[in-house]
Amino acid sequence: MRLELETSAARMLGALSRAAGRGGGTTIPGKLLWKLDPDAIDALAARLSDGAVMVSATNGKTTTTGMLAEILGDRSLAWNRAGANLMSGVASALVAARGAKLGVFEVDEGALPEALDRLRPRAMLLGNLFRDQLDRYGELEIIAERWRSAVAALPPATTLVVNADDPIVADLAAERELVVRFGLDDPRQARAGLQHAADSKYCVRCGAPYTFASAYVGHLGDYHCDACGHRRPVLDVAARRIELRGLLASRFHLVTAVGKADIELAMPGLYNVYNATAAASLALAIGASIEDVRTGLARFGASFGRFERVPVGGRSVVLLLVKNPAGANEVVRTLQTGVPPVLVVALNDAIADGQDVSWIWDVDFEPLLEQVGLVIASGERAAELGLRMLYGGLSEERLEVVPSLEQALDRGLSKVEAGTDLIVLPTYTAMLALRAILAKRGAVRPYWEPQRR
Amino acid sequence: MRIRVGHLYPEYLNIYADRGNIAVLTRRAALRGHELVVSPVGVDDRLEPGAHDLLYIGGGQDREQALIAPDLAEKGDDLRTAQARGVALLAVCGGYQLLGRGYRGRDGSFMPGAGLFAHETAAGDVRMIGDVLLETELEPGGRRTIAGFENHAGRTLLDPSAEPLGRVVHGFGNDGTSGHEGCRLGRAIGTYLHGPLLPRNPWLADWLLAQALAHATGSDPPSLSPLPDELESEAFRVAAARARRRGGRR
Repeated sequence: MRLELETSAARMLGALSRAAGRGGGTTIPGKLLWKLDPDAIDALAARLSDGAVMVSATNGKTTTTGMLAEILGDRSLAWNRAGANLMSGVASALVAARGAKLGVFEVDEGALPEALDRLRPRAMLLGNLFRDQLDRYGELEIIAERWRSAVAALPPATTLVVNADDPIVADLAAERELVVRFGLDDPRQARAGLQHAADSKYCVRCGAPYTFASAYVGHLGDYHCDACGHRRPVLDVAARRIELRGLLASRFHLVTAVGKADIELAMPGLYNVYNATAAASLALAIGASIEDVRTGLARFGASFGRFERVPVGGRSVVLLLVKNPAGANEVVRTLQTGVPPVLVVALNDAIADGQDVSWIWDVDFEPLLEQVGLVIASGERAAELGLRMLYGGLSEERLEVVPSLEQALDRGLSKVEAGTDLIVLPTYTAMLALRAILAKRGAVRPYWEPQRR
Repeated sequence: MRIRVGHLYPEYLNIYADRGNIAVLTRRAALRGHELVVSPVGVDDRLEPGAHDLLYIGGGQDREQALIAPDLAEKGDDLRTAQARGVALLAVCGGYQLLGRGYRGRDGSFMPGAGLFAHETAAGDVRMIGDVLLETELEPGGRRTIAGFENHAGRTLLDPSAEPLGRVVHGFGNDGTSGHEGCRLGRAIGTYLHGPLLPRNPWLADWLLAQALAHATGSDPPSLSPLPDELESEAFRVAAARARRRGGRR
């Protein structure tokens, strides 16, 4: 009875917060329940007749979880779709989804142990670990250690889906029975070498440098240690014959134990091939068919703000979220297939962006700087960003520093031809602010409105 | 003039945008007609005293730092000789810790350092994270400010004989209590501040270049021609305002 009262109170507050226009109410009711009675979350999760699954990673949580939900299609889901991935956001999704059968939750990498304890998922996907907002999360090894203890406490019946291409993540599953290992298998897509910001370059077993037969995204790839012989495990689910088609799309051949499929994605970049392969692996592990996977991934449009094309005044604004070196490097690589004449980059430094902005120096912007016509540096740390570009080799006449996001957007739009794209790379809060500006002009829907077709 | 830079363990210690510091030194040297030649000094490479005019060592995650620490400790004698002969040096964060006597872990273990700076670091329970503003006086009468970002669990205690790099105006600094930040020994500077440090503190980059040129020529540090530094000043202004508003409280 108490649970019913609490959830209806929380629901009411969510409706009020949406009515007041404050950020979609995606976490407020959850925060309330979380404060009133955290154990209620366990009880709500236990009511899900088909159980719960969890997704965590440094990069790609929201996209992967969205892909998974699309694959699972007609099931009734409790899903924290707006990327609210702390316990309060999970609580909100549970409160909002009356009668849901299956829980699909993305979980912040720091919140993973608590979420595991409360949600008791039947399957968990661990995608990747990159250095990310060191001021907020601390060093990569601290997160890895938390994940190790969390995995050690899992019941044996929990299926673990891991990225075999990430040495630390793959090693988490080394001693477990129910494991699905996924990865990429297409040396044509490998980078020439490890990038500057590559993280897990040293053997998890003995500390010697890994040799990478293929390095795909950051340190993700086909690695082996010459000193002790540790190597990437055999893939259960693999993406092969990958074709990247600029900003528009990609396709690949998915090979699994239960069949193969040609996957069409309306999303750019190798990192989204990882996300799709991850989502497919988890979906198959909980009983989806390979046909569900194929059609679900084909239907999937990008998650809120991660990659969006917004028509405005005869042009399109393309928003590509950047938040850490590995993710930003992949965005840069995607743009290299056709370097835009004008690039807006917006750097804010709120808690959600990372207060420490030094990460922009670990991004390999250089391949773009040689060819881009104009970079407009914007956001609260526009000057810092401008310096990054100048010291990276951009000539002064090709740089404009415009801290105001709205002015930078208009300046950018005025510099691209009608019918073409303005590429904008914002950090998280800059993306929210840009979206609000575009929404004010009627160009985008608020993100809490369902976007499914 | 060629300025020879030895970059210690760039493959291991590169986490806080250390290459930004190198990029700033390279460009500011070039704008004055000097060429910065950067060579890596890795594990098992000999650090030959006198072979470099400027040494740079950055920060890494704990795991990477532990991998190179024994090698760095072995380079201690050569480092001290090079410093005594007037090499300029910048050590940031983990590199700054490792150049002291050593690091005491929470479990009581002791990881010996290179013994260049007269300090010792002990693991703390709470990380000291945030924007920092310092006041410093590297040259008598030349009081300057430095803005950066710190993120460290280690608490570094200077010996009474050691000279701090600066006085903390906002932020935690070496240990969160002494009000000291960093360490200065002749032409060598160690600090927790990254961000990276040099793009928004261009005067400090120029100071290091002048010290390196002094080592290269065997004469006094030259005065370098001023640069406009408009964007640099703006970046400093914003970073300093951040430190005032949200720097760590001692």
